[in-house]
Amino acid sequence: MPSNKSVSDAPITQFINCRILRDNELQREDLWVREGRILDPEKLFFDEQGYADKRVDCGGSIIAPGFIDVQINGGYGIDFSQASEDVSDGVSFVAKKILEHGVTSFCPTLVTSPPEVYHKVLPQVKVHDGGPHGAGVLGEVLQMLLLQTCLRKRSRCSGTRAPTAAENGVCFTSCKLPCAGFHLEGPFISAEKKGAHPEKYLRTFKSGGLEHLMEVYGSLDDVAIVTLAPELPGSQSVVRELSQRGITVSLGHSAADLSQAEEAVQQGASFITHLFNAMLPFHHRDPGIVGLLTSDRIPAGRVVYYGMIADGIHTNPAALRIAHRAHPSGLVLVTDAITAMGLPPGRHTLGQQVIEIQGLHAYVAGTKTLSGSIATMDMCVRHFKQVSGCSVQEALEAASLHPAQLLGISPKKGKLDYGSDADLVLLDEGLNVKATYISGEEVWRKGQ
Amino acid sequence: MRLVILDDYDLASEWAAKYIRNRIVQFKPSADRFFTLGLPTGSTPYGCYQKLIEYYRHGDISFKYVKTFNMDEYVGLPRAHPESYHSYMWNNFFKHIDIDPANAHILDGNAQNLEEECQAYEQKIAEAGGIELFVGGIGPDGHIAFNEPGSSLVSRTRVKTLAKDTIVANARFFGNDLSKVPTMALTVGVGTVMDAKEVMILITGAHKAFALYKAIEEGVNHMWTVSAFQQHPRTIFVCDEDATLELRVKTVKYFKGLMHVHNKLVDPVLSIKDQ
Repeated sequence: MPSNKSVSDAPITQFINCRILRDNELQREDLWVREGRILDPEKLFFDEQGYADKRVDCGGSIIAPGFIDVQINGGYGIDFSQASEDVSDGVSFVAKKILEHGVTSFCPTLVTSPPEVYHKVLPQVKVHDGGPHGAGVLGEVLQMLLLQTCLRKRSRCSGTRAPTAAENGVCFTSCKLPCAGFHLEGPFISAEKKGAHPEKYLRTFKSGGLEHLMEVYGSLDDVAIVTLAPELPGSQSVVRELSQRGITVSLGHSAADLSQAEEAVQQGASFITHLFNAMLPFHHRDPGIVGLLTSDRIPAGRVVYYGMIADGIHTNPAALRIAHRAHPSGLVLVTDAITAMGLPPGRHTLGQQVIEIQGLHAYVAGTKTLSGSIATMDMCVRHFKQVSGCSVQEALEAASLHPAQLLGISPKKGKLDYGSDADLVLLDEGLNVKATYISGEEVWRKGQ
Repeated sequence: MRLVILDDYDLASEWAAKYIRNRIVQFKPSADRFFTLGLPTGSTPYGCYQKLIEYYRHGDISFKYVKTFNMDEYVGLPRAHPESYHSYMWNNFFKHIDIDPANAHILDGNAQNLEEECQAYEQKIAEAGGIELFVGGIGPDGHIAFNEPGSSLVSRTRVKTLAKDTIVANARFFGNDLSKVPTMALTVGVGTVMDAKEVMILITGAHKAFALYKAIEEGVNHMWTVSAFQQHPRTIFVCDEDATLELRVKTVKYFKGLMHVHNKLVDPVLSIKDQ
């Protein structure tokens, strides 16, 4: 056939013989990609009289949006909370390895650490998009070089320019809002619920709210999520100011009661860090943070998302089912993976502490306190589906669509809509990862 | 006229698809000599399209050297609207086969100048060497394409306002809301289809029976525009039992008796694999 390029010279790839996750269901459709984004083949056919340059036979695989891990502390020997000289290399190393688990975007997580660590680590990693080098560090939705549309919800935009147009509540201005990449879990958390975090580095909010945070963290430029305990005095203004800056505020490692949690949500908090773990247990007269799942005091149009470590260890399957059934659309699968993920059993460092691997468990050395998981994201997806009895589509959305919605980067990420980034994971019937693509390019294939 | 009567919708769809397949394969289309096919939309030809896609998937036919011209399209309906005929053709046919997008022609109901669009369409058909086989359906009011009762039997491609019957018949695709159904359409004329070398009309279902009766057992009449094909040298009507319910027993018996002759057109069924 003669050349088909009328809008763009870029090659067009057509994924055939596959089932794609679209519109909340698995559809038997081909997936078309051009210039790293999902293409509308009908428009291509009628407007450009175009056709595919390359066909990829998926052998009946399921194609889902690439997984997004919003809580991962390290892996394969790398610890993001270690103040080393080559943090960027470490992040890149993990970014590449987790492609095998279908993760195409992630938020490197730092546990409670002294200010020196934040000051050293944060500036070393500029958030970036993914590619063959590894998964994208979620952060700047905008390319540095190209003006693109920022897909942050209008209510969370704190760009200096007024939005020029809005569609469905999404801001379409090129305001270069830094939707940062790190997940800072602590140090503004509850001593009572510190879990594996080192007590000596815990902090409370001083007057001056955000300035104090800036002193501790050094910079918030590349921060996507901050986990804090809302019962700490002075938290309200911090939650509000962080939210206004476009940073996702998460409640966790906290002894807050339900009304304190609801207050924080009203100030802008939108996530719960590893539900059930490091918070007060559900009580029928004060459900605590867990009660947010069914709270009627959530502002209209807002959703409270909650992270679940579905590794079979951090949460009893019955508890996972209760949460899922109470609020299925808010469930976000996270790995909370630690340094030892991907490594053999033994002792390893996490932040300022030492942990010990025993089988599938990771404990604070010498105790029975869980210090994080060594599960991989694809294992979590399979486990979640198995114990909750949910559909394939729901299990996949919990690892892709929901985290993207949480961070306000949907539909660019987390969906296979026309125009979405072509970050894909190809899976077999059993939801095992067969291949991973970023921007339409294959970055990992099983067996290679 | 050949009146080919099959037991049910599926068999009628299959017969029609086999006929189209054989015609294309026998024609041996190439880069210098395209096979031009006129195409309909609607629920009637759906089964036929499914079979053609199946034949393509098995490697028995190719649409690489086939040019298609659809009969009609709504005016003012966005092309991406799920009920537009562009959407219908893409979802039910084009996306499943190997046709070159440049060879798939459908009238543009959103063109700036509708008259020019219609004239350009006639021009394209002429440039393609005319239509080899025009496949169509029939409305309950006996219309072909959107040539509503009263359309000239020598009409060409033009804008038509839809009859009430047609709008009502189409409402089921627009949530049964009459106000949402488009009221105008671009359509090939009766004359345009008559120019084709061969015409094949698909008619299935009891609700089409009266129209079929009017089309073939009464005279040529612009109130039942399909009747115009009584004056075409090569017409095939492919229908199921239900569509014959208003015909005379004599007519049905005669044509059923000819099925062994008709079936020679589809048996053996040809394949490009054998060429």
